[in-house]
Amino acid sequence: MAVVPLDERTVEECRRIAGAIAGDVQRYIDGHTSVGVERTIVRAFGIEGVDDQGVPLVNVLIQRLHEKKALGRGASYYIGRELLRGARGVQQAAERLAFGPEIDIDYGGVSPSAAKDALEAPTKEALARIDQARVEREGLKARIAPGPTPLKYVIVATGNIYDDALQAKAAAHAGADIVAVIRATAQSLLDYVPHGATTEGYGGTFATQENFRIIRRATDEASQLYGRYIHQTNYSSGLCMAEIAWMAAVERLDMLLNDAMYGILFRDINMCRTFVDQYVSRRFIGRAQIIINTGEDNYLTTADAVEKAHTVLASQFINEAFALRAGLVEEQMGLGHAYEINPWLEDSFLMELAQAQLVRQIFPRHPIKWMPPTKHKTGDVFFAHVHDAMFNLVGVTTHQSIELLGMFSEAIHNPLLVDRFLSLKATRYVFSACKHLGDEITFKPEGRIAARARAVLAETHALLVEVERASIWDAISTGAFADVKRTRQGGKGYAGVAEREREYVNPILDALEATGSRA
Amino acid sequence: MHPTAPTKPLRAYGDREGDGMVQMSFVLELPPSGRAREAAKRFAELHGLREPIIATMEECAEGFSYFVAYGHSKHAVDVAQIAVLEIRTEALSRDEIEQRIATRLGRKIVVVGACTGADAHTVGIDAILNYKGYLGDKGLESYKGFEAHNLGAQVENDELAARARALHADAVLVSQVITQRNCHKENGAALVDLAKRQGWRDEVVLLFGGPRIDHKLALELGFDAGFGPGTKPSDVASYLAERLCGEARR
Repeated sequence: MAVVPLDERTVEECRRIAGAIAGDVQRYIDGHTSVGVERTIVRAFGIEGVDDQGVPLVNVLIQRLHEKKALGRGASYYIGRELLRGARGVQQAAERLAFGPEIDIDYGGVSPSAAKDALEAPTKEALARIDQARVEREGLKARIAPGPTPLKYVIVATGNIYDDALQAKAAAHAGADIVAVIRATAQSLLDYVPHGATTEGYGGTFATQENFRIIRRATDEASQLYGRYIHQTNYSSGLCMAEIAWMAAVERLDMLLNDAMYGILFRDINMCRTFVDQYVSRRFIGRAQIIINTGEDNYLTTADAVEKAHTVLASQFINEAFALRAGLVEEQMGLGHAYEINPWLEDSFLMELAQAQLVRQIFPRHPIKWMPPTKHKTGDVFFAHVHDAMFNLVGVTTHQSIELLGMFSEAIHNPLLVDRFLSLKATRYVFSACKHLGDEITFKPEGRIAARARAVLAETHALLVEVERASIWDAISTGAFADVKRTRQGGKGYAGVAEREREYVNPILDALEATGSRA
Repeated sequence: MHPTAPTKPLRAYGDREGDGMVQMSFVLELPPSGRAREAAKRFAELHGLREPIIATMEECAEGFSYFVAYGHSKHAVDVAQIAVLEIRTEALSRDEIEQRIATRLGRKIVVVGACTGADAHTVGIDAILNYKGYLGDKGLESYKGFEAHNLGAQVENDELAARARALHADAVLVSQVITQRNCHKENGAALVDLAKRQGWRDEVVLLFGGPRIDHKLALELGFDAGFGPGTKPSDVASYLAERLCGEARR
């Protein structure tokens, strides 16, 4: 593959600084939990159901604990104690806690370690359920291999899960390797996960466990039919990012949009809450061997893609550092970036090529996610098709791993069936016609592309130095990323964060940390 | 009417005046076949295309074909009969806007904006209000004459109303990007209703914006003006400066 000459010491230094930035936040994370985290753990024990108002049992239970300021001991403590007090299984324990008489928040003769011991079998079962889904995926992929990279990723977003399933199969028929069901726009701010199959949603379809199963069936059928493994993707983001990560783990999703900072910047979710939740979500993701897709591409939809290219790279280093601390391996880190430079700028293509090449070289083992132009798309669908072709050319030349296909109707509507077909056809052409182009060319060491790559790396380094000096908490509050400013206690969901007590009980998280930890 | 506007009915222009040539593409739920091609041809004819040519017929999903058709449209449009509601505003320069607000109003114009309902897309409201602006045209926050409050996305109408009143807003901007099942119209109309019920509708200028919004739709929903795709912050600034401190005082 062609390379641009880069100063490896600067790259190493960027990694070191990003590690220090994430390490600082990790100390906070390790001392806290949240309503989202505790609901996830309760779900992971296999506890399910809703109350007579349709509120998930896990929400009722965790809300009750949180109102008594009892979350810092871990919901697991109370479930374990309930087992010792005679509950027949975790489900009954949870129901007693959610719907029974007031919860006694004193120890009441049951020590944290005794409660934890009582959860040994349920903890093993919880992990076995995740492992089983992972093994099943590995088996399927061994029998039905995925297509060649860049994997072609398309979205469906009808609002009705049954239509989504139909469109997912149609997309696979037309050549897609990855199908993502876009979530309903409001879901990221819901502090609960809706229940059951859903047929109504604006801007997309609700992520629910049942909806995950419906799409999994459709994509599995498509894998069989077309002899190519079809990946399923959804969103582990927003106030329920950890719960959704667990659902995806047990329903065998292949990829998840999951970012350490996206919710803070783009959904105004509190940063303490986000950092705590992203960590636990990634512990499940790590165990399930799901590939994450990070959201740096979004930075360039609000900030300028030429001036702020370095913020994308800086954030990729930070996302990588957080992911390492949550036990992910590089092969699971689909770091995101995008083709969002104004197409009418002279040499815009060269700058796009430089950035894509830079990211590829700095993150060689990572399944990089390459996003299409959106900001400069207009209703001129004919021009948009050409714009997407240039994007595809960069994607294949620089060996991007996962490519979300551009849609010529991007500025008009959610993609129609035929829009997706034409996009896949054009992409197939570019990918095949230029398959080995990147191996045939060399970049002039002193040329424009190499110079641009070096400049972005240097600016990235300077930004990381600045972020470390100020701490990420303050850097975000002064708009270092995406030109968006957020404060430490501002945003949604801060009330759902709780400090862990010294004897915090969470045997599932302990087990995930014991097997996955690296950094 | 524009002095150069034509007076004769217009047909689509291919490469000769009056040939009516148009292209259309569509999908029918049929696998490709001779019968499907004929179905596509008739479909085009029903749309007023004479001598349609089915240039492409290709399977785009199992049991579905995608067609590209060319034909001579028999329809003509009488431009003389058309009246379009457009925002009547002179494009003022930044200096003129600042000058006008400073001398005629003598205080800042308070603007409160939000993307309402379930819509999570802040791109539009950010482009108009935030300092950064859009394509080099700086947002209202960058003007000395404006005090811009961007409440962000997923703001309920009640909350927007409460904030607008608390801040003594001169203008309220509602952005709507998602248009599925006309939720943008419902959200917009609901705010106008709320303002009327609460009795402050006539104390503010209500603006509606988004990629699928135009001035006509905004007026229909009860807003004072609508801004569609490609609107620059300076367009909104000009409009507000003229509306709130121009000759045409309300």
